[in-house]
This record gives sequence, structure tokens and C-alpha cells, in this order.
Amino acid sequence: MKGDLQMRVTALHDEAAGIRRVRLEPVDGGALPAFSGGAHVVVAMQDGGVTRRNPYSLCCDPDDRTGYEIAVARAATSRGGSAFIHERLAVGDVLVVGAPTNLFSPDWRAKKHIMVAGGIGITPFVAMMAQFARAGLAFELHYAVRSRAAAAFAGVLQDRYGPRVKIYAADEGARLPLAALVENQPLGTHLYTCGPERLMGAVLDTARNAGWPEQALHSEHFMAPPPGDPFTVTLAESGREVAVGPDQSLLEALEAAGVNPRYLCRGGVCGECATKVVEFRGTILHADHFLTPEERAESRTIMICMSRFSGDRLVLNL
Amino acid sequence: MDTAYSATHRPETFREETFRGDFSYANSPENIRHFPFPFHEDHYRYSVNIEPHVPGLPGSAFEHLIDVDEHYVAEMADRAQVLAEDPLRYQALPHMMLAQWDTLELLMEEQARAYPHLFTLTRNGDQWRWINRPLGIDDTFTFGDRSTLPREPLDYICRQTQGDIALMDQRDGNLWMDAGMITAQADWSLDFDVGMNFHEWHAPVPLAPQMGVFDRALKYLLNLQLGKPVRRLNWTMTINPRLDTSPENYPKWGPDRTTVTPENVGQKVHLRVELQSLWRLPRSNGMLFVIRGYMMRMDEVVTVPKWGRRLPRVLETLPEELATYKGLSRYRQTTIDWLKRHDDGAPTSPGIFPD
Repeated sequence: MKGDLQMRVTALHDEAAGIRRVRLEPVDGGALPAFSGGAHVVVAMQDGGVTRRNPYSLCCDPDDRTGYEIAVARAATSRGGSAFIHERLAVGDVLVVGAPTNLFSPDWRAKKHIMVAGGIGITPFVAMMAQFARAGLAFELHYAVRSRAAAAFAGVLQDRYGPRVKIYAADEGARLPLAALVENQPLGTHLYTCGPERLMGAVLDTARNAGWPEQALHSEHFMAPPPGDPFTVTLAESGREVAVGPDQSLLEALEAAGVNPRYLCRGGVCGECATKVVEFRGTILHADHFLTPEERAESRTIMICMSRFSGDRLVLNL
Repeated sequence: MDTAYSATHRPETFREETFRGDFSYANSPENIRHFPFPFHEDHYRYSVNIEPHVPGLPGSAFEHLIDVDEHYVAEMADRAQVLAEDPLRYQALPHMMLAQWDTLELLMEEQARAYPHLFTLTRNGDQWRWINRPLGIDDTFTFGDRSTLPREPLDYICRQTQGDIALMDQRDGNLWMDAGMITAQADWSLDFDVGMNFHEWHAPVPLAPQMGVFDRALKYLLNLQLGKPVRRLNWTMTINPRLDTSPENYPKWGPDRTTVTPENVGQKVHLRVELQSLWRLPRSNGMLFVIRGYMMRMDEVVTVPKWGRRLPRVLETLPEELATYKGLSRYRQTTIDWLKRHDDGAPTSPGIFPD
């Protein structure tokens, strides 16, 4: 897309067991745009004949204009992106990186920012905390990990921010004290969570039950399209049929076929790739966080970056 | 390509003129052709008309993303006078400080890039030096440190940028007008709108809400991307070249609308165009809204034959609700009658630029 940056891998570092940090610097040497904490970029990777485009949160100082950094966990069942980054990406390789986009922005009105991270969900908070600290804002991070060995950024964050960073390692028997966390916070406190769905659900439920207003609660879902059974989509404009493989999203299959629909987050959050369903016989397997329950039931729109289809005919307005 | 536009827009001198009192404001012949005439066809059609804000035709108002023209110095003087009389034309809620710095950076970068003979920005880490030659400013400050500038960063840079400026915060799936400097507005008030969301501040606009225009526009803007600003043109008409047509000062300018006669249309009636641009801000994830205003009296409009033919045709097809909303009702027909003398009925070419 226009505005994409050619960036070279200048460092690869194992931040923790199974988590690789990648530093990217612009090939032309110019200054990068600053960004806001919580922003992600879509990284395009040439893996053999396949172009993989995955969104990753930026986990560096937003005011460092010399490079961007992402951290990628090795997925147990990788669709390709994480395996590529862990096994084949090398220093010197060039990747195409989109402009930073933020769907998990801090609320700058907050009197205090409380962040609750689980595992690789730490990444957006690394950038947020750099901004909070620079602006002199009150914040704390509560970080749940399997073990200290698996806790990416834990050491550097504790060095930078001291007691404002609290680590809870499961193998030491530590648990997030959620009920205590949401109690007795100053009016105007905002709560942010990123991590496994179960952890985020527990955080948000605890806060809601304690009477927190919805506007003070922020969460970012992990954004990987779910695998599933293969299916075929028909394009209304050309009548062309495109096959979607089990590990491919609808958007990826269309791109591989030379169709280039609009997209932004590739995680079912922003709504940019909303596509009209002209006709279908079967079930649309909605997997986004954008459509309302009513819109899902109607199935006149599908978010092609995340959702799949089961049935014998799906025609999209493309 | 039209040869009149072969020269790059590069203002060297600035007019000494007024936007009140004796109203000595006028456009030079070059600046008339620089004007962003807003009608691309002969009849009025409501549309959101948003397009990418990318550099356009050399010499036109679209050549540079932040446009500076021969009125720069006089407009900044008028702005200073408005602010001295009414400090509430500048407001910034406390959570907008990061967006203020984003805006200062963007406006300095764009102006220095487009007009190196007028502005220079030198950066050494956080130590910045800003030179504004037309206004005789040479300041060194620490980016991000409010105490090193004579004013808040938004206040500081808006006094050196043509056009009204609003900053919007993005949260809860909406945009909130939480800061701005508005001194040259077409009858709206920042003091009234500050803190409102997108639907609230647009509520007075007729017809468009029912068409779902604002729902669609908001959805589009929420996904506005860094480095990909967008623009649209808006327009109204103003009697006398008065920049400050604010609700606060209605008693000063409202009565002007009763003074239009068939004899003075050419001098008094001005087409007022806003080149509105919207930019995603990097550090705050907020949005910058620049409302860059241009005025041109009817005498000047008709020096471009295409515009002289088109404008009366458009005014005739404007729905009554919109004429009322824009405040044209009292003098619309008088203006059409005057303009018709310059419309020979010949067809006009597509697009907004002069032939």
C-alpha cells in the first residue's frame, strides 16, 4: 500500500524463551514517523512464494525515530508468520512495513493508567509506558507469565520503572490479584488489558462487577485469523472463484489471487475490510470483533480478514 | 497543462491589508488563479467529497499541503487582534498536550518543507530552532517541554499558520473537539463546541444527518491513517472580506448582509471557501483538522470566465434549506442577477481549475 516502508532487519534478539524481538530500520535511512503507544504495524514477509502479512504491536519507544521493534512469540500452531520469523528471518533481510495504526490507544484523560498483560500481550504496553513515563503520568503494569524465563521485557521494564512493574509467575504460584487491583483506584483510572482471551475476560469481568464504567476499560485481542476447513468464494464482479485454504484467511486468499481489498488491522477490529455478502448458502463463521450481534445474524457483511465460511456458495461484492 | 500554473506557488511579498474597518483585502491576479474554487460542475450537489490530501496542481492552493499565500502576514495580524479581544478563541483541554506537540511538529515541518525561503526548522535531538522570516521570529526550544516556549505549543504555532485549527481526541469510537484556535470561522464557536463529539458539533447542519452522511464520515475518519491525510472543500459566502464571522461577533457582521445592492455585489459579496484537511497525529493518535479559509469578491471571481459562468448556475440550484443555513437568503438572488451578466451560457469544462 502507499505509505509502506522498506525496512531492514538490523537486530534479532531472543527476548525470552520462545519470544523473538526484531529491530527494523528504514532502508533509506530517514526518520520514521513517531507513533502512539498501543499502535501496531502490518509486516509483509516474503516466505518462498507466499506473502505473509501479519500485524504486530510496536514494542519500542514511540519517540525513537530511528527504528521500530516488534516481538513475536513462537506459536504452537503457526500459520507461517511466527515460524518464518523464528526460523528463517535473518539480519539484513528487508521487510515491507505499513504505517503505524492504533486501535488500542491510551485515554489521555486518565488520572492513572493500569495495564494488565498476559504473556506476549506485554508488547503494546512497552510503548505505552515509555509515553506515560515521559509525560509524568501515573501508571502501573501487572504482568502475568508462565515463568520468569518466559517473561519478555520483564527485566528491562523493572529496571526502567521499578515498583510500578509487578510480575506474577505461574510456576512460582503467583496469581494476578484482580479483585484487589480494581478496588480503591482513584476516580478517572483507566484499565488496559492484552493477553489470552481468558485473562482479558477475567480482567474485564472483575472490573465491571466492581462498577467500572465501560469507557474506562480497554482491551486488545490477539489478532490471528483462525484456521478452518477450506472453502470457495465467488467474486460478484468477475464471477471468478477463489479457493481459501485451511491455514489461509479469506483476505489472504484474495491477495494471493491478485485481488487487493482494503484492510487496516487484519485482526477483525477496525472494520476497514468489511465486505458485502451478495449471496450465500451455508454459514458465515464470524470471527471478528467489529460487527454487532445483529449484523452477524443478518450476515449481509463479512470481515474478510478474520471470518470464514462453511457451505456450498458464498458470493462477495468484490 | 495550463501555462498559468507552470510557476510554482512561492509567495515573496505579503499584502498590507485589513479584514475589518476599511476592508482593504484583495487578491492579486496570481492569487485569484491560486484560489480553490469549490464547484466542479454547474449545479449544486451535496457530497462529503473527501479525497486524499496529496500535493496537487503547481500554483494552485493544492500544491502544498499547508498553503501559505500573500495574505499570510495580514491574516496573522488579524488573528492576534481577535485573540487579544477574545482569548477564548484559543482553548485546549489538559489531556491534549501531546496532540499539541504533534501539531506543532507537523505544521513546522510542512511549512518549512514547502517554503524554505520563509521558514526554517533545525532539529538537534529535542533542541529545535524555528525561524519564521515573514513574522520575524527566531526561537530555540526543547520539543516536549512547555516551559521553553512563550506559549502553549498549539497557541504558538497557530499564530503562525493560516487557517483555523481544531484538534480532536479519538476515544470511545468517536472524535472529540478538545482543542483549537478558531478566529476566522464561518459562524461557529469553539467556545461552544469544545468538548463535543463529532455528532454533537455537526447537529445544526441540515439534510446531511438524515442522509447518514455523518455516520459514514465518522467511520471513515476513525480509520484515518498516519501519513495519509485527506481533504474536502466547504464553502459559504461572506459580505465584506471579514475573517472573523463568529457567533460571538454577530452584531458586527450580521447587519452587513442587509447592505448588498445590485450596484455593490462585485465589491461586497465574497465567495468563502474552506480547504479542510484532516491528519492523523503520530504520538497522541489524535486528529488535526485544518480549516484553511480563502475569500474572493465577485469582481475577482468573474475575471476567470469559467468561474463567472459556473457560480450563478450553482447558486440557482442550491436548496433553500442550505441557502438559509449558509446565511445567503437575503442576497442570493441579487448576487445571481449580477453574476448572470457574466454568464454567456457557454458550456463549462469539467473540474475546478481555470481553462
